[in-house]
Amino acid sequence: MTTDQTASGHLTVSAESKSPYPADVLAQLHEDAALVIARYPQPRSALLPLLHLVQSVDGYVSGRGIALCAELLDLETAEVSGVATFYTQYKRHPNGEFTVGVCTNTLCAIMGGDQIWESVSDHLGVGHDETTSDGKITLERVECNAACDYAPVVMANWEFFDNQTRESTIELVDDLRAGRSVAPTRGARSVSTFKQVSRVLAGFSDGLADEGVGAGPASLVGLRLAHEHNWKAPGRGDVGDEHSPDASAAGQAGGLTPGLTSSTDTPSNAPDERPGQTPTTPTTTTAKGDT
Amino acid sequence: MSTQLSPILTKFWDHPQSWTLKTYEANEGYAALKKALGMSQQEIVAMTKDSGLRGRGGAGFPTGMKWGFLPPPDGGPRYLVVNADESEPGTCKDTPLMMAAPHFLIEGMIITSYAIGCNHAFIYIRGEIVHVYRRLMRAVEEAYAAGHLGKDIHGTGFDLDITVHAGAGAYICGEETALLDSLEGRRGQPRLKPPFPAVAGLYARPTVVNNVESIASVPPILLHGSEWFKDMGTEKSTGFGIFSLSGHVNRPGQFEAPLGITLRELLEMAGGMRGGKKLKFWTPGGSSTPLFTDEHLDVPLDFESVGAAGSMLGTRALQIFDETTCVVRAVERWTDFYKHESCGKCTPCREGTWWLSQILERLEHGQGSEADVDKLLDICDNILGRSFCALGDGATSPITSSVQYFREEYLEHLRLGHCPFDRDASSYFASDKESASA
Repeated sequence: MTTDQTASGHLTVSAESKSPYPADVLAQLHEDAALVIARYPQPRSALLPLLHLVQSVDGYVSGRGIALCAELLDLETAEVSGVATFYTQYKRHPNGEFTVGVCTNTLCAIMGGDQIWESVSDHLGVGHDETTSDGKITLERVECNAACDYAPVVMANWEFFDNQTRESTIELVDDLRAGRSVAPTRGARSVSTFKQVSRVLAGFSDGLADEGVGAGPASLVGLRLAHEHNWKAPGRGDVGDEHSPDASAAGQAGGLTPGLTSSTDTPSNAPDERPGQTPTTPTTTTAKGDT
Repeated sequence: MSTQLSPILTKFWDHPQSWTLKTYEANEGYAALKKALGMSQQEIVAMTKDSGLRGRGGAGFPTGMKWGFLPPPDGGPRYLVVNADESEPGTCKDTPLMMAAPHFLIEGMIITSYAIGCNHAFIYIRGEIVHVYRRLMRAVEEAYAAGHLGKDIHGTGFDLDITVHAGAGAYICGEETALLDSLEGRRGQPRLKPPFPAVAGLYARPTVVNNVESIASVPPILLHGSEWFKDMGTEKSTGFGIFSLSGHVNRPGQFEAPLGITLRELLEMAGGMRGGKKLKFWTPGGSSTPLFTDEHLDVPLDFESVGAAGSMLGTRALQIFDETTCVVRAVERWTDFYKHESCGKCTPCREGTWWLSQILERLEHGQGSEADVDKLLDICDNILGRSFCALGDGATSPITSSVQYFREEYLEHLRLGHCPFDRDASSYFASDKESASA
């Protein structure tokens, strides 16, 4: 365990955290942030993705990242910090290259998550929200991650590792530390780094959506049983049942481009508008009907 | 077993490229949109009301009625926000749906937005499922490329943009008003109601907040009609839903079935209890719904019947625990969860969950006294109905129901001075060993 991660360590802001961004990094951040802000009718909605964006550069929510968000959205730094401290995915100190989260909510815990947690914590010599000395792994106990039919579940940078055991999880962290490519059970072909995944969470596509399976075996248990018994929903024939293995060619992977997502169709109301008040901006509703 | 499964939303999840627009189109995809764009907005709302579709996010509020609560257009923006913050312990249906077939949701959003006069819709997805987020972004891209989104959709003059927004780890954001605060870039804390989101939601504008599965059910209803939907399910709980079985069953997984199916039927479909062990307790709809036991195997899983039997249908998250499981340990862990996720806004929940967690920890370790069990109930009584939102209420469900059915087990911990159960016997590895030796 590293000594700078004590409870008081969380409250200490290192000088490095506040040192200004290099000019090129800052320019890129401004460019990206403009795309994020353009997705929303009101700029403040961009705060959560912008904090993910800060993590994609700094590996945590740094002091300079908070200042940047405040400047971009015309908020106080205290308001940005207030938001950043509310959500568990925002890290207040440098995160490892990989966040490994063992689900220890009830269902997974009882199915063996507790034993997995103890083994992997012993193996790495770190506890909850602590990082290995090589900076590779930040270990966490996570809450239910919506994959209970695959319990016990382990997440690595928010990719699914289903039906884990003590041994498989130790192998997972060893592989990640050794820099070997690791494939999630349901997800991209290999686990991206914390910074890469943070950029995706800021809404910038990494082009990996078409990798991996559509559904894991547990997701298909009911469907397979229905096939076996020839059960169908009422009134539905076999039309349109044809299966084609080709990927769709429509569109290009490139993320949320500004032209596709800016909200220009209806003017947004003023931030302080009260319900029932007449909108303060001129309007041009485009939906037909509903008169 | 008399009830049959009804694969509709799950119908092509086994396709190797199930998430693409091409696969969706080969399975009637966007046919409902075409039909909807030829209907009036009122007709779509009426059809959804007629179908009896009730919210699939837990509360079961009629979806069409929710849309109908929006005030008449005043020329300002109106919003649709999809709640994809699936985090209720045990709930795991929206995540595989969005991973395997995201276009159901996108098409449903376009139809709903058209019906309610919304030109900018949002999906608020929890940030801890990055591949699902990728799939949604990709599906939105494909929908734009196909002309289903953007300006003047298919020449109708209707414009719609969809923004997919990732949260950052907070269970409370599944509460619709906390979700809206979070989407506005704030701490995710619930708002006082009224005003309800229909009147003052996102940016204080009229807003519909619906669950993923509710909106994904809209295209099939539009395409096949409200009568088709009502032919499934029960009189007041119409249609189909995805039932998620997890825990001590031989084949945990997703089962799409008409509402009103029973756990007995679902258990048979899931290959029965692991190792032929006895069912001890289960949640009908996530950890916030009071526990059921083996007495409740034949309760029809619809909103009314589950309610009449003392619990809630919730999100149809059936977490199954066999006789090897310590109920005190299970409840303690859920309580830790509510304590961790309490947003801190109101005192009964913030303080109450903290004290519940302390007391349960000592009970699980066989410490404390019988008075502690009554103290738990007393604290629950002071949280239930006195909290700002349903998180506090939910926190009391596992405690009060477990004491109701298993008080003796709490006392057994005290008599022994420790937990009477071997936790290794409950684990997935234990089942591995058994099936290997069988």
